[in-house]
Amino acid sequence: MANRQPILRIRKNEERSFLSKLLIKVIFIGIALLISALFINLVTKLDPLKVYASMFRGAFSTTRRTWITIRDTALLLSIAVGLTPAFKMKFWNTGAEGQILVGGLVTAAMMIYLGDKLPSGVILLLSFVGSAIAGAIWGFIPAYFKARYNTNETLFTLMMNYVGIQIVEFFVDVWDKKQSHSVGVINATNQAGWFPSIFGQQYLLNIIIVAVLTIAVYVYIKYSKHGYEVTVTGESENTARYTGINVPNVIIRTMLLSGAICGLAGFTEVAGISHTISVKTSGGRGFTAIIAAWLAKLNPIVMIIYSFLIVFLNKGAVQIASDFNLNEYASNIISAILLFCILASEFFTNYEVIFRHKEEH
Amino acid sequence: MTLDMIIAWITAAVTFGTVIMFGCVGETLNEKAGGLNLGTPGVMMLGGIASLAGAFFYEKSVAVPNPILCVLISLISCLVATALAGLLYGFLTITLRANQNVTGLTLTMFGTGIANFFGGSLVKLSGGVGQISVAATSKAFKATMPILSTKLGIVSQLLFKYGWLTYVILALAFAMQYFFNKTRTGLNLRSVGENPATADAAGINVTLYKYMACTIGSAIAGLGGLYYVMDYVKGTWSNDSGIEALGWLAVALVIFTSWKPKNATWGAYLFGFCYWIYLYIPAGINSMLMKLFKVTRTTYMQNLYKMIPYIVTIIVLVLVSSRNKRDNQAPQSLGTSYFREER
Repeated sequence: MANRQPILRIRKNEERSFLSKLLIKVIFIGIALLISALFINLVTKLDPLKVYASMFRGAFSTTRRTWITIRDTALLLSIAVGLTPAFKMKFWNTGAEGQILVGGLVTAAMMIYLGDKLPSGVILLLSFVGSAIAGAIWGFIPAYFKARYNTNETLFTLMMNYVGIQIVEFFVDVWDKKQSHSVGVINATNQAGWFPSIFGQQYLLNIIIVAVLTIAVYVYIKYSKHGYEVTVTGESENTARYTGINVPNVIIRTMLLSGAICGLAGFTEVAGISHTISVKTSGGRGFTAIIAAWLAKLNPIVMIIYSFLIVFLNKGAVQIASDFNLNEYASNIISAILLFCILASEFFTNYEVIFRHKEEH
Repeated sequence: MTLDMIIAWITAAVTFGTVIMFGCVGETLNEKAGGLNLGTPGVMMLGGIASLAGAFFYEKSVAVPNPILCVLISLISCLVATALAGLLYGFLTITLRANQNVTGLTLTMFGTGIANFFGGSLVKLSGGVGQISVAATSKAFKATMPILSTKLGIVSQLLFKYGWLTYVILALAFAMQYFFNKTRTGLNLRSVGENPATADAAGINVTLYKYMACTIGSAIAGLGGLYYVMDYVKGTWSNDSGIEALGWLAVALVIFTSWKPKNATWGAYLFGFCYWIYLYIPAGINSMLMKLFKVTRTTYMQNLYKMIPYIVTIIVLVLVSSRNKRDNQAPQSLGTSYFREER
């Protein structure tokens, strides 16, 4: 009998302990580092250990760098958190890029038009509200048609990105006084509408805003009635309908929220970090955040770890590029290798492979 | 608008459409088997760089490159690289059952990284920005049919002026449509994409079908990258993610065509038409809009005209979905992985 069984068999295993899951993850991250080291060595003949040391330096060597790493983690996290309600509902929002851009655009507009008329605090408040509304509108449009006609949201939100990009391009040209297709730093002299330093820390406010958002979304999804409705709708629209949930309402409401948070990420980026606007304001984070959100299984608290990991890799790889005179795109390759390995590790945490000779009882 | 302008517009639209048609047809094959590969932009980048690298080293190694070898070497390096990328995607999503969205996005990150990393190195090797050129290979890919492309006046200009890959993908799109609807293998493939458990019960090798679909689909999509490098930008390279942007449009086109490759044949060109429309806005309308928006330069307004292809896509998408026909829907199991023991 035993010989008729396949050599390898796969079985679901949902009872792995937290520790064994962690161990599997660590092993796979180790494998990823090995593959990356091999890649680095093959292409550049450099000592991978030195390269990794240089990576670490890129993220943490000075206090300022550490702050920047944390700041960028917060930014990526805020987008991942923004995507969470939509993804929980299985609404594939690939439009975070556009939502960030329009949020950033409104912020930049407030800074430009009100910079010398209103106190900085008022501008900040208006930007906060304005960017959330802009992002919410960008989320609302595809959600409305999804709720009404079941229009494919992946494509719709993707297209909304491009619409957002072109609108930003338009305003960059209109606001640019020197015809260089760049707005430059807005309000460089009076810093109106910029995030203020708190306790002498330039980026503390960014982090506070994102921390509040993260906890709020965590509570919203896990403990509120709305969050429950979102989860049920995501699991099965039919079940949701039978239990009396108004599915179209839930879709629209959730995307308003998701878009608003992504819009706020644009606000943080423009008012709190770059103080300018361009199509690079979103910088692909809308897509990277999807990876962070998914790897964390849509748990906002776990997202902190993955956002940090992705940002750390990025900073590190940029540092490698400048230290060893490599091309900056090495960072994408190394990040991707790591993500592939983490994706592969998920299989081993969820399933187990059984060999033929191992008898089961 | 003069006749020359219209011809130029159509030519530009067809060239543009060809790039995304490759991506769309390849991705449709994958999606019909239930695999949503958001890595298509990355795969196309890989195809572009692999073909460029192959052609580059071949052209460097010989004094007079042979056009046939040029084509073969770049084609093979492109197909191998992108099929491997498809295989990697398949291994992760089919065997290891990883999430398709994340795997795809990571593949795009990977492909863009590899392409720009080695693209940058190739540019360095050839002596700086704008210096790289695989003229001989590009010429071989842009070769047109004799007589037909010159002797028929406007017909030649409109129909026969394009590189031969343009016709290859048109034929492939129709062949794919036939394959899905009229062949046993094609029907089996679709049943895998609709309901893998039923297909499995009917004795279809689900894993094999899925692997074949994503590997071959990826290789077809990768040719879009090759066409971009060799024909669209005439055998050059720049790290500006031009292919990536077109790759996303190719993914969009799959949905736009409601998973029917025959629709890609006109949909891709329509996209190309809308993409270039900003250069052909009538002067009267342009000046009126410039006054309306209080803008001083045409280039500023063009930023807004460039939204047209995306807005047209959205409108068509909404119209199609509001009619809600059953055969316009995505394959049912799209985006999910299959595990036999799961009920």
